[in-house]
Amino acid sequence: MKIGVITFPGTLDDGDAARAVRLAGGEDVALWHADHDLRGVDAVIVPGGFSYGDYLRAGAIASLAPIMTEVVAAARRGLPVLGICNGFQILCEAGLLPGALVRNAGLHFVCRDQRLRVEATTAWTADLEGRELLIPVKNAEGRYVADDATLAELEDAGRVVFRYAGGNPNGSLNDIAGVASADGRVVGLMPHPEHAVDRLTGPSTDGLALFTSVLRATTAA
Amino acid sequence: MARVVVDVMPKPEILDPQGQAVTGALARLGITGVADVRQGKHFELEVDDAVDDATLERIAEQLLANPVIEDWRVTRS
Repeated sequence: MKIGVITFPGTLDDGDAARAVRLAGGEDVALWHADHDLRGVDAVIVPGGFSYGDYLRAGAIASLAPIMTEVVAAARRGLPVLGICNGFQILCEAGLLPGALVRNAGLHFVCRDQRLRVEATTAWTADLEGRELLIPVKNAEGRYVADDATLAELEDAGRVVFRYAGGNPNGSLNDIAGVASADGRVVGLMPHPEHAVDRLTGPSTDGLALFTSVLRATTAA
Repeated sequence: MARVVVDVMPKPEILDPQGQAVTGALARLGITGVADVRQGKHFELEVDDAVDDATLERIAEQLLANPVIEDWRVTRS
């Protein structure tokens, strides 16, 4: 199974995302922001870091990049897409996920190991149902906001995939750390599962299961 | 050519911690009487006369502002 990992100008975590794909048993495929080519991948990861200087708003310019035109079209046909941190911001700006990510309450850049509850089964969390994870969070603009109607819809439909446990790091509404599209194929979260795939470099190996989940989802499809 | 100004502000219900930090800094300057500051963005566009109001609205709604979190006002000067 081939999992694409996009690199934008300013992306930091594409290397770790590609490594996570390999550790999970998949084949990583590098995708370039300026291309219109998804290179036949079975799923796409929009990784974290920054993109185009995060000018205007985090993820705003990247959401209009040539590769994102292809990602949006393919996601609408059911291609699994995972947005991590800046990638989550990009997917919200691109309209693939509802809501927005804004400056953390308290204004601090928060970098810590964070507990998360997995509350929904999606293409990226089938192997994680009901689990609690410990994975790193690192951002300044991670506060999830959406209007009341959107929040109610997400809660009622079981589309809140990840919720902060043991303290909300940034003031996100309803302690939301990650959400899914209506079909459960597109998922975004602020914490970094790709940094928790190896005991040597992460606080746990809990993040690996997101990548094994999507490999099983794409194999079954 | 025409000068168009687009002002973008966080919606009233969205917490603006940057504005709050500015409010706090004013107190440290010894200034009193400023109850609240909200921080937004100001864009100045030079556009052809042929660009109509609907296009300007589209520019504001689809790129300059994020309707989930921000309100905007387009002004031709």
